Amino acid sequence: MAAHEGAAADGAAETTLKMTARDVRVFYGAFEALKGVSIDVTKEDVTAFIGPSGCGKSTFLRCLNRMNDTVAGARVEGRIELDGQDIHDPAMDVVQLRARVGMVFQKPNPFPKSIYENVAYGPRIHGLAAKKADMDVIVEKSLRRAGLWDEVKDRLSDSGTALSGGQQQRLCIARAIAVNPEVILMDEPASALDPIATAKIEELIDDLRGRYAIVIVTHNMQQAARVSQKTAFFHLGSLVEYGDTRQIFTNPRETRTKDYITGRYG
Amino acid sequence: MTEAVQTAAPTLWSSPAMQARIRRRYRSERLFKGLGLASLALACGFLLFLLASVILSGWPSFRQTQILVPVSIDAGRLGVTAAEAKADPERLRRANFQGVVQDAVDKSVGDAVPLVSEGAWLALREAVEADPALIGTHKDMWLIASSNLDQLAKGRIDLAAPEGDRPVNDQEIAAWKQLEADGKLRTAFNRTFLTAADSVDPELAGVWGALKGSFLTLVVTLLISFPVGVLAAIYLEEFAPKTRWTDVIEVSINNLAAVPSIIFGLLGLAVFLNTMNMPRSAPVVGGLTLALMTLPVIVIASRAALKAVPPSIRDAALGIGASPVQVVFHHVLPLALPGMLTGTILGMARALGETAPLLMIGMRAFLTSVPQGLAQPATVLPVQIFIWSDNVSRGFVEKTSGAILVLMAFLLAINSLAIYLRNRFEVRW
Repeated sequence: MAAHEGAAADGAAETTLKMTARDVRVFYGAFEALKGVSIDVTKEDVTAFIGPSGCGKSTFLRCLNRMNDTVAGARVEGRIELDGQDIHDPAMDVVQLRARVGMVFQKPNPFPKSIYENVAYGPRIHGLAAKKADMDVIVEKSLRRAGLWDEVKDRLSDSGTALSGGQQQRLCIARAIAVNPEVILMDEPASALDPIATAKIEELIDDLRGRYAIVIVTHNMQQAARVSQKTAFFHLGSLVEYGDTRQIFTNPRETRTKDYITGRYG
Repeated sequence: MTEAVQTAAPTLWSSPAMQARIRRRYRSERLFKGLGLASLALACGFLLFLLASVILSGWPSFRQTQILVPVSIDAGRLGVTAAEAKADPERLRRANFQGVVQDAVDKSVGDAVPLVSEGAWLALREAVEADPALIGTHKDMWLIASSNLDQLAKGRIDLAAPEGDRPVNDQEIAAWKQLEADGKLRTAFNRTFLTAADSVDPELAGVWGALKGSFLTLVVTLLISFPVGVLAAIYLEEFAPKTRWTDVIEVSINNLAAVPSIIFGLLGLAVFLNTMNMPRSAPVVGGLTLALMTLPVIVIASRAALKAVPPSIRDAALGIGASPVQVVFHHVLPLALPGMLTGTILGMARALGETAPLLMIGMRAFLTSVPQGLAQPATVLPVQIFIWSDNVSRGFVEKTSGAILVLMAFLLAINSLAIYLRNRFEVRW
């Protein structure tokens, strides 16, 4: 299928499916925000969702870890699977699902606690560390993976909110990594950051690729082209085109995709 | 349309009409500032006047006039010897101290007019109970003066008025002048006022009973209304589905906060006393009644505090797999707690000053003993003030203001404590 074509084009190893969505519809009251989206998320790739504002890409992202459950009046239909298991199945614990499918938000939202506590909170509630020493290891490893360790190692007890915007966002990524997720969802993670901080986040995403399946929503098409291997273009609540990033940006099949990418609208 | 824009005349910023408009704008600004300043000055003036008048008239209640009386503690008159007193404290307690003091007073200052308080012997009993070896010895004691003498010594009685119009007769005035001349009078700190309960004699009346009653009542109120109010607010704000029923509950809570407090008193009377047969006049019932009154205030303040917590914190915690209860108790509640405490302080301050609902459940009884428990009859400070202000006796006038001072000090103390706690819990953002 498309996934295999993409892998072949990249010359990379064969890809495996991590999440699949089939005919996902989201309603806010009577309004249909998402009109039947089907997509496969692969384990090895970074998948980017692009599209104009209000196209449903963030809504769809929030379906993948059931964050839409917390929105009053929102209703989700369709089937979403994580490793072949339906995430809406009563046997699937939503709290565990969100630990396995982590999330990084548009605005950096560290807890108003110390940097250490920010990272340690997730492992603590899931009981991932038995001793303080184990926790120290998890915190250091997560901060190193998020590329923040060298900047904060001497002030782990400072408040997470005292960091700069870019550092805060990397702290949020470290916090998500700390619970050892399988998938990381990023909702426009760099849109509130300056270009240098953005570059660091993009580098970080590239470093994390392969270890975690990553899905990123972005407004910035250059960013999608830089960091992702797969791109999905959303418009007016529908998935218009999904494929290899290179193919989408160089040879889109749909005129709507082409118009958006060339800046006709959006 | 573009043509209209191009041909429009440029704005004449210096035209007289424009200048007049600017002047008018500045004038209204000056007027508004002036009015604001005037109302602030007026409010401060009222407050100062109130404080000054309460302090001036209440201060003397903390001073007490005492008479020097040499007392011979005779074992025969007392009816108990030193050895017996040591062996049986209960017998000592029932000994004839009144007789001993009466003899001493008759001998030294005469019994023509009542100069020493009827409760003066209590001081002797206290002294002998502390040291039974005093029995059989002589002791010079400063005994509490009667209320009339006290008022004379404090200069609060108009001596120029004709005898029939003033509460003291000429004989008492003569005795006072004699005592003064002999150096047998002094004014000391009024321990009785801070340690005793109510009494028919102003010089023996104190606020401790009412203060303790207020404290016990507020403890019950706080223990009930804070947890119940906060939990109700958390459930309504964080967990309850938004349905017609939650709307009805919300409107009801808002309305309850505006219900006159005496209605809650009637409710307490009907439910706690008449239906549940709880003890009359007891702090536990007062506390429950005031808790009903305070609950809506705390629920409303707590919900506002929860609403003010940014949703991004909830998302962050949910996003790493915290359960809804963990989100609330680990993240939302710590951030909302300062706001909740502020609402609770306001509610408690109101409860502390509340009189009407407590009258309904019988907390206006005349009580000469300090309450020892939650189920014993008690009164509270505002009710005590209300009772004393009704009393015609001169000595109670200063006691009324004195009790107001104690009430304000108590209020200030619990508010300071609450503010200290709030600042400790406050998370730097």
